Amino acid sequence: MEELVNLFHGFAVALQPFNIMVMILGIVLGVIIGVLPGLGGANGVAILLPLTFSMPPTSAIIMLSCIYWGALFGGAITSILFNIPGEPWSVATTFDGYPMAQKGKAGEALTAAFTSSFVGALFAVVMITLVAPLVASFALRFGPAEKFAVYFLAFCSFVGLSKEPPFKTIAAMMIGFALAAVGLDSITGQLRLTFGSTELLNGFDFLIAVIGLFGIGEILLTMEEGLAFRGGKAKIDLRVVLQTWKEMPKYWVTSLRSCLIGCWMGVTPAGATPASFMSYGIAKRVSKNGKNFGKGEIEGVVAPETAAHAAGTAALLPMLSLGVPGSPTAAVLLGGLLIWGLQPGPMLFVEQKEFVWGLIASMYLGNLVGLIVVLTCVPIFAAILRVPFSIIAPLILVLCAIGAYSVHSSTFDVVLMLVFGVVGYLLKKCNYPLAPLVLAIVLGDKAEEAFRQSLLGSQGSLGVFFSNSLVGTIMVLGLIALFWSAIQEGYSRLRPHSVA
Amino acid sequence: MKHSVLHTALAAIAIFGAGNMAASAAWEPVRPVEFIVPAGTGGGADQMARTIQGIVTKHSLMKQPMVVINKSGGAGGEGFLDVKGSGNNPHKIIITLSNLFTTPLATGIPFNWKDMTPVAMLALDEFVLWVNAEKPYTTVKDYVDAVKQAPAGGMKMGGTGSKQEDQIITVALEKATGTKFTYIPYKGGGEVAVQLVGNHVDSTVNNPIEAVAQWRGGKLRPLCVFDAKQMTYDEVVADGKGWKDIPTCKSQGLDIEYLMLRGIFMSPKATKDQVEYYVELFKKVRATPEWQDFMKSGAFNTTFLTGADYAKWVETEEKRHEALMKEAGFLAAP
Amino acid sequence: MTTNSSHAGPTHKAVEAGVTMLIAVFGAIVVYGSIKAGINWGAEGPRAGFFPFYIGIFIIASSAINLWNGLRDGDDGLFAEWGQLRQVLSVVIPTAIYVGVMPFSGLYLASIIFIGWFMRWLGKYSWPIVAAVAIGMPIATYLIFERWFLVPLPKGPIEEWLGL
Repeated sequence: MEELVNLFHGFAVALQPFNIMVMILGIVLGVIIGVLPGLGGANGVAILLPLTFSMPPTSAIIMLSCIYWGALFGGAITSILFNIPGEPWSVATTFDGYPMAQKGKAGEALTAAFTSSFVGALFAVVMITLVAPLVASFALRFGPAEKFAVYFLAFCSFVGLSKEPPFKTIAAMMIGFALAAVGLDSITGQLRLTFGSTELLNGFDFLIAVIGLFGIGEILLTMEEGLAFRGGKAKIDLRVVLQTWKEMPKYWVTSLRSCLIGCWMGVTPAGATPASFMSYGIAKRVSKNGKNFGKGEIEGVVAPETAAHAAGTAALLPMLSLGVPGSPTAAVLLGGLLIWGLQPGPMLFVEQKEFVWGLIASMYLGNLVGLIVVLTCVPIFAAILRVPFSIIAPLILVLCAIGAYSVHSSTFDVVLMLVFGVVGYLLKKCNYPLAPLVLAIVLGDKAEEAFRQSLLGSQGSLGVFFSNSLVGTIMVLGLIALFWSAIQEGYSRLRPHSVA
Repeated sequence: MKHSVLHTALAAIAIFGAGNMAASAAWEPVRPVEFIVPAGTGGGADQMARTIQGIVTKHSLMKQPMVVINKSGGAGGEGFLDVKGSGNNPHKIIITLSNLFTTPLATGIPFNWKDMTPVAMLALDEFVLWVNAEKPYTTVKDYVDAVKQAPAGGMKMGGTGSKQEDQIITVALEKATGTKFTYIPYKGGGEVAVQLVGNHVDSTVNNPIEAVAQWRGGKLRPLCVFDAKQMTYDEVVADGKGWKDIPTCKSQGLDIEYLMLRGIFMSPKATKDQVEYYVELFKKVRATPEWQDFMKSGAFNTTFLTGADYAKWVETEEKRHEALMKEAGFLAAP
Repeated sequence: MTTNSSHAGPTHKAVEAGVTMLIAVFGAIVVYGSIKAGINWGAEGPRAGFFPFYIGIFIIASSAINLWNGLRDGDDGLFAEWGQLRQVLSVVIPTAIYVGVMPFSGLYLASIIFIGWFMRWLGKYSWPIVAAVAIGMPIATYLIFERWFLVPLPKGPIEEWLGL
């Protein structure tokens, strides 16, 4: 009960006129940051952090966390409209969101994405409100072995989903792993695969690869087919929101499952990216529409968006209660807390009640405000697709170039982006799936790092991955997911052969 | 927040005075100043850079904006090479951490601190030996005994990065105690502290700011500080103890000293006037109450050096790092 | 994609074989780089090149299988018609030039010319519209990125001269 009293007190703090103003400002800035490729949540928050210096800490964190919500919402927009995910966790949203937009259903896809984001975030905030201390202690049980198991599960639940030939899927995923390995090896502190080039020191950033492979590649495909984005007929009417809402309750099972996956991934803290991929993969497996996934199924937008937002929100809990960030953006927020003289950690909930509960209340309100803001803009976003291709295409190309440049302030990255674009075009035409490649770039080095940290700890014994019930369970789940897909695939490949 | 109004007013007066002095300096930035951080967002160097950016903005210490840019590739090599290649661009400064020495040595990146112009040492970051509060050892002696009793490599030491400051201290510890640790590198200091709370490692050498929250929460226990003398901050943090009460490692029989540079460098061909401008700027930053609060929250050693003193300090440290890393076998293969 | 005698172009088979070979070469580079980084299992667990080495091997092996599958496949359709490829190249080449001159000319000037070219030659818009979009977009970019979010973008001599 004490929590509820605190929460109401928090609402009183968050509802002060100045804080509401700050909240709306933050959401709008966040959406802009999320839409512009290259800025992204973490960068955006970092850039605006010093500007909040002159505010009281509670207002400052409300503003920054609202930028964070805004960026989470905004990330879905470019994924759906242009197939360009601005953040790693938006990649899975493109799988069905972009085909929907191509079919003229951009409005539905955006509404579904925003609404499920809201549902995911709300679920996670409720969890933070009610069971914060319990969940925090669960997060402490995650060492390197447990983290590796989570990445393993994310890969396993995603592998074998594509319709493409299995060896092309393997090749694509391995290319992703190889690209992720370039640069500094974090375990030995040694450079690898850089061949003495200083440009390759940074390795291959996910964003550059994805802007090229997905965004530029898509523009090239469109050029080949004549100059038109196929989403021209998108309805631009607010009624689309209500129609989509009517349809969404059907997917409550997927939503609930995605919320749980998201909260789990956010707290552990593996983050929103594995959450969105895992949620998409599992939804595709168990949904009765599963085989239509990838062709513009609304459930394929609901699953990753819900999970990504639940994870993004839940990631703030370990940040506040343990001082360990669950996402890059949370890491920057953490820096902010320290700058304002607040020490995140076990004592924050005791010593800074007003701040913590003000923040939690602002999570409720910020997400609500965010949902209203972005939903009212759905028609405007959908209308972007009506701009003729020969105007929008150069603008997208320029924005992509800016996005690629601003990741590391390097013009070499812009060149890389174009190379990735051509590669993406060729791979797509040759039936190589791009999603496993991107998944491997995003999670490859993290998985390798966790694996090697575990082996360091266990002095080389692989038994560490089954050394306790937690890590063992996750690993077994991963293996089941892996072999399930293998069996399914073998089965479905056998059948046509026997018919022939 | 009320007391800070007075502080701000005092700081404003101080700045006003300083501003008059600076007015006579010949050079001033004419475009935005890029403040390079050779590490990722959210880390110690990043926090400090963004604090400085905030202070500069809040008190209008510069006519042009200050822009923080993270260039963390290749253990910070990316950032250093950027400044090295910036010729005489005076609108680029960089904050350093120990990777100023360790990165070129461990990776073979063609870079040396002499490729940049030293501006000022802002502070030194302390290192403290931490253990989980559930563990029975309350003194360095208990801890060292436990390490000695464990089989070689049985004790796990968590730290930030590989072949960087945390691992250098670990190697020094091995030498001092005649034992062997298993060193496990993580990406960030906060993560290392939490791994210690979760008992996934047995000890860490976190900076104060990375572990203070867990100490306050009663999860971690500091054993000793790797400095020549005890820290000066006497505010109580936990269990009636403050930073001041942590003994030096040397007094406990571990003769190891290590401090991490938080200093500023700029482009290689910077003129005297330009360096002078930034020195004055950072003097003003140091005078603000926000900076002092920041120093206190991270229990920093607030030594400030400029000019030849600073360059000499850096040179000594470089030699020391080279010796330490050579001994540990951390040098890059030629 | 059906074969039509009036439309010519590279065959799908040839392009796919080429792409597969390129992937195999990439795999070989990865293997070479890994060997340089050390591929054995050292005192601190696997060395830096251990995983990339096997990843490279996997890439080469799966490329070999893909190559074989591709050549065995009876599909002799076109990859794309020459006309379609010309369309694709009409974007790739200007974008390559755009990207190539950016370090020297700065982002803004290059963007103005690039957008202008695209709209005028591919979209056949009238000059006033072309000018409005081509100049308006970089200005908006400047305001949003450099003024609002303080993200510096590449600049060239003109910006230097204007003192931006």
